[in-house]
Amino acid sequence: MADITVRSASIGSPDSRSSLHKLMQRKSTIAFLMALPLILLITVLVAYPAGYAVYLAMLNKSMTKFVWFKNFDFLFTRDTFWMVVYQSCLFAITAVIFKALIGFIVAHFVHNIPSKGQRKWRGMLLVPWVIPPAMSTLAWLWLFDPSYSAFNWLLQPFGLGPIPWLGETGWARFSVILVNVWVGAPFFMIMYLAALKSVPEQLYEAAAIDGATWWQRIWYVTLPMMRNIIAITALFSTIVTFANFDIVRVLTKGDPLNTTHLFGTWAFRLGIESNDIPLGSAVSLFMVPILAVAAVFILRDITKRGSEV
Amino acid sequence: MSRKVTRRTVARTAIASTVLLTAPFVRGAFAAGKLSIGFWDHWVPGANKAAESISRAWAEKEKVDLQIDFITSQGNKMILTAAAEAQARSGHDILALGPWNCALYADKLTPVDDVMEPLIKANGAASAITIYLGKIGGKWMGVPATPAAQFKGPTSRIDLLKQHAGIDIQAMYPAGAPPKAENWTLDVFLKAAADCHKAGFPFAIGLGTTADSVDTWGAIFQAFGAELVNAKGDITVNSDNVKKALDYGKQLTAYLPPDAPSYDDSSNNRAFVAGKTALIMNPPSAWAVARRDQPQVAEQTWHHGMAAGPAGRYGPFTTNFWGLWNFSKNPSAGKSLMMALSQAQAIEEMVKASAGYDNPAFANLKTLKVWAEEGPPKGTLFHYPNPYDHQILSIAAAPAPHKIAQQIYSQGLQTQMVVRHAIKGEPVDKVIGWAASELEGYMRT
Repeated sequence: MADITVRSASIGSPDSRSSLHKLMQRKSTIAFLMALPLILLITVLVAYPAGYAVYLAMLNKSMTKFVWFKNFDFLFTRDTFWMVVYQSCLFAITAVIFKALIGFIVAHFVHNIPSKGQRKWRGMLLVPWVIPPAMSTLAWLWLFDPSYSAFNWLLQPFGLGPIPWLGETGWARFSVILVNVWVGAPFFMIMYLAALKSVPEQLYEAAAIDGATWWQRIWYVTLPMMRNIIAITALFSTIVTFANFDIVRVLTKGDPLNTTHLFGTWAFRLGIESNDIPLGSAVSLFMVPILAVAAVFILRDITKRGSEV
Repeated sequence: MSRKVTRRTVARTAIASTVLLTAPFVRGAFAAGKLSIGFWDHWVPGANKAAESISRAWAEKEKVDLQIDFITSQGNKMILTAAAEAQARSGHDILALGPWNCALYADKLTPVDDVMEPLIKANGAASAITIYLGKIGGKWMGVPATPAAQFKGPTSRIDLLKQHAGIDIQAMYPAGAPPKAENWTLDVFLKAAADCHKAGFPFAIGLGTTADSVDTWGAIFQAFGAELVNAKGDITVNSDNVKKALDYGKQLTAYLPPDAPSYDDSSNNRAFVAGKTALIMNPPSAWAVARRDQPQVAEQTWHHGMAAGPAGRYGPFTTNFWGLWNFSKNPSAGKSLMMALSQAQAIEEMVKASAGYDNPAFANLKTLKVWAEEGPPKGTLFHYPNPYDHQILSIAAAPAPHKIAQQIYSQGLQTQMVVRHAIKGEPVDKVIGWAASELEGYMRT
């Protein structure tokens, strides 16, 4: 739509005032002004910190001179850094897969509950996602605690354990992933449930008439109809899971032997606890290009499918 | 050039003149300006009150508008606050700083030699570890803070050590008398750990990367003379002493709880209060909680000195400092407050309010009444302040240059080395090679 300008009514006013008045009458100007608070907010809370983090990542340790990409060069030579990369990928990929699977299965269960009682189930299943993770993780910490572990107490009568839930690399990784899945699965569930509700019932009826099995209905009807929501949810969750901090920080602090560190917790260890802010910034920025490229591809695919529809 | 005099001009001038003329005669409640201080929020309930009342009394006397904040160390809030204030060059005038922060922020702090010199004259010499942490480049960059200064030596169960390891710890460290602990060595410590482990009460010593674990293993390494980096900044990790320390670590780890590598600073306390361990390395906070929640555990608790190794008897110690930022607008008031907080009487009040937890840096203040009187059992804290200089108070990674030592400390390099060797089964040479590579990384400038 073309912008509409309204001629100024104030005849005889100076030119500049008249053109300002014209500018203010444009729809694009009004739209810009209305969006200005949000733009300012994003500039102050997102763009500035991000830009500052990039700047910090290019300083030397004592923050006295610009060293360009030397911090990244240094990181690439560290074994611990590559272990953090491995651990972050393992954590994010495993957790997202399990969250998606559990979310998908539970969404189907909830979808099949009669609508009268469905709301209660939806509410209850969302609880893990609604509680602030730092708080719920504290409860998990007690469940895993060496002295008071409820899990070990339950295993004891069966002659099992005690399991060092957070003290041995394998169990510690399992524990942090488990808590992340517990927190994040309800988000997938609610997104998939919304997607399921939007699949037209006629498609299932047609498939049933054609003699499609349960699996074929899932594969040929449900999944294609949910493809966009699955892609967006998975992308969003991957980014958030890679950026996770609170669960690992509360449960293991990256121990044992740094084998549960993620980029966020390792950046904190280096930047704040070890007072090497430039190196910490470099660690925290490491995943940005990889996730940005992944986001571009996934979102482009979604847009393409959207235009095909 | 003539100027028209209006009624408004006359009124404005009259008001301004009145304000200017009377101002010097108004002695406001806060004539000496403003000051803000960020204290460490004490673990011990009620312990903040002493620091607050001393500061308020000082502010009242000096006519200073004083703002007091108590900042928790939970979630690294104190570290974050210090980092943020140093970056922004804005915030409190005085801030409680962690043990390494005098060195890390030396270029942003005001030297306080003029405060420390009279304090040392009055209160006795500062401990060597306090000098290492607080005196940077020959200048005191912070005043040792009484709250949070703590000895993290053994906190033992009298009954369990006697019953399972045959050690009478009260006879070794009698209340009101010098220690008779010549035989309290790391070998005896190891045997006691084995005996108590066998009896189902393993020593709850952590192998994590938080302070309690790091401090303990730092002291054990020092008892073997195992320096990772020497005072000059040379990497000295590849030494026989380090190998001996690792070997000892492997033997001791066999008798620690399987979760030890995941211990944080509260895991050992919980194990102690739950009655599941015969010994932890901790200040009296676990005992204080037990006194409230598990009196039968508290009654059997004794705080005492660390076991000696081949290179000496080292006891883990840590302290905070009160640092005065060089961007403070009121440095003279800041120094005056730090002086008031460090008078012997003020220190005694703070130690008393913390039920003996705080362990001041000065030599003349090691025999305050509170440590002899607190209980039950009475005298449990008598040896906590190291009254007979029975051991060398130390911090892990000393005597390395601070910027390297701080990284060794915050990344728990020594505990990681022990876990690699003892639990992961890596050969000593491989562990040392890995540590050397990490240390090279710490040398970055």
